[in-house]
Amino acid sequence: MISMRRRMTGFAFWGFCVLAFLFIAAPSISIIESIIRQAAPVLSWSLLTSSKGNGLANAILGSLILLLGVLIVAGIIGVAAGTYLAEYATGRPRRLLRFFSEILAGMPSIVIGYIGYVSLVVGLHWQFSLAAGIIALSVLVLPYIVKTTEVSLMQVPTALREAASGLGMPRWQTLRRILIPTALPGISSGIIVALAISTGELAPLLFTAGPTLNGSASFALTHTNHGIGLPYLTDVVFFNQTQGETAQSPHIAAAAGLVLLVILIILIVLGRIVSQRARRQTARMAL
Amino acid sequence: MTATVERPQKPTAPPALSARAKSRSELTSADRVIRAFLAVAGVIPTAALVFLAVVMLRQALPAISANGTHFFTSTKFNIGVGASNGGYGTTTVAASYGVLALLFGTLMCSIIALVIAVPVSVAGALLLAEKVPARFQNPLGVFLELLAGIPSVVYGIWGYFTLGPFLSHNIYRWLSDVGIPWLDGRPQATGLLTASIVLAVMIVPIIAATTRELIRSVPTVSKEGAVALGLTSAESVRFVTIPYVRSGVVAASLLGWARALGETIAVLIISGDGAGVPHSIFGNFYTMAAEIAGDLDAALTDPSLMHTLGEIGLVLLVITLITNFAGRLITQRFGGVNLPVGAGL
Repeated sequence: MISMRRRMTGFAFWGFCVLAFLFIAAPSISIIESIIRQAAPVLSWSLLTSSKGNGLANAILGSLILLLGVLIVAGIIGVAAGTYLAEYATGRPRRLLRFFSEILAGMPSIVIGYIGYVSLVVGLHWQFSLAAGIIALSVLVLPYIVKTTEVSLMQVPTALREAASGLGMPRWQTLRRILIPTALPGISSGIIVALAISTGELAPLLFTAGPTLNGSASFALTHTNHGIGLPYLTDVVFFNQTQGETAQSPHIAAAAGLVLLVILIILIVLGRIVSQRARRQTARMAL
Repeated sequence: MTATVERPQKPTAPPALSARAKSRSELTSADRVIRAFLAVAGVIPTAALVFLAVVMLRQALPAISANGTHFFTSTKFNIGVGASNGGYGTTTVAASYGVLALLFGTLMCSIIALVIAVPVSVAGALLLAEKVPARFQNPLGVFLELLAGIPSVVYGIWGYFTLGPFLSHNIYRWLSDVGIPWLDGRPQATGLLTASIVLAVMIVPIIAATTRELIRSVPTVSKEGAVALGLTSAESVRFVTIPYVRSGVVAASLLGWARALGETIAVLIISGDGAGVPHSIFGNFYTMAAEIAGDLDAALTDPSLMHTLGEIGLVLLVITLITNFAGRLITQRFGGVNLPVGAGL
């Protein structure tokens, strides 16, 4: 028989947990609700497809190009680096490379932005430009991709490598035909997380891809005209929030935020599908 | 006849290859090319880190010698008037670069956020992993993914337009009437407390997601033992789950803290742009990261400010790296199998 006091403690404890969970659930609902409400007055199809005035078309295009750039640059380097750590490096070099990659993950994003500005925008005279933005973002998300690639490759059972080696397969074929396909779901879910992070980042972009003045936009890879950078969504939110002067500005900011949320939700759904596949893959390999 | 006696050779006489040489001998030429390519990629994160550190140091060096000890003893951060208009005109207000107020803002804001976020994340994760029926666990986990992914600008405008006004109307008013020192300023929508709460919401998913995974890894044997001893579910959490996950939660909290220290844009929007140390918890303030982002365009024409921002960045970098490093050290030292529960079995 459980005493009254123990039972009440239990109730109080789980009650506190429910409250805590509400603290997690309520903000996410409130954020979505308030963004939709605030964006509603200006929301229209033409807002999304026009690049004139407050139209978001340029910014949406800019954000997607940035994502594509990160996917190519950080994706290739990150997967290759993770593969090297998991399959080739050994001993002390491996420990050190992994350690520094994890240290890089803790780098504050504004510091990356600052250094991107100093070294790329000013140092190489690129001005605010697409390439500078892609590089800054890639440095930010690279450690995530390295880590997830390494972990998912290491989950592939050694027996598969031994079997391939026993059949006389060269290492690179083992990698291409056996290891990468087996680890692919895990690797892709890491890349999706990296893309989700880069969708919402502003701090590393603000002084690399640049602030844009309303209406003017430049998609050049490097060496844009001074002061005109790449348009992208987080900057639209920030600009309209902090320097917007018209009555519409807060609504435009929310509308751009809403587009960001939609991109994000797509990525989350995609990530769920992929990570489910990854989990099934792990279960299959455990046999 | 020469009397050299052939030493009997051992039956297995392959040349003693080191493991490295052996693996090298198995590589085809295509293998070597691919391995070289992968090795170059493998060094890139480390090279990037070294590059960042070197540029940061070089950028901050002029400011370190120019600002001297004033940088760490003054609470006044003032970029000066006239300094930012392209070098025209004389400086009417001398610039004063003291980092203390920014340091205070950074540490205070992130610590308040951490104090709120840790209990909330742990309790939320406990509920999610131990009490909620299995088939609801995944759908409810969406909230964590959502919070983790929401852009910080969106957090910023949410805090500015929605949360701040709500809190200042409903909660700050009576909180400031209670009259606890430092909690009794004029309530306002933006400021230290609002920014800290938003920051707390931002780091909750980091801590909660890790804690949830840790809770799921608690051995079933230990939990069954708790049930067999007649413990209630709350007691089982207190005596089995919490001791098992404790060090992991500390590590996750340190990682969350590092994120809070470096968070820029949301704080920049909600801070209220205060110049000094706030007089109350509702006051305007500024953090190091927000300062860098906020004054970088003024620094475009003012080299001394540019280098000073570099010095601030360097301080921020060092603090963040220490917390990050401590977090990883704890995970490595105490993580894994040698945890308290189960050792007695």
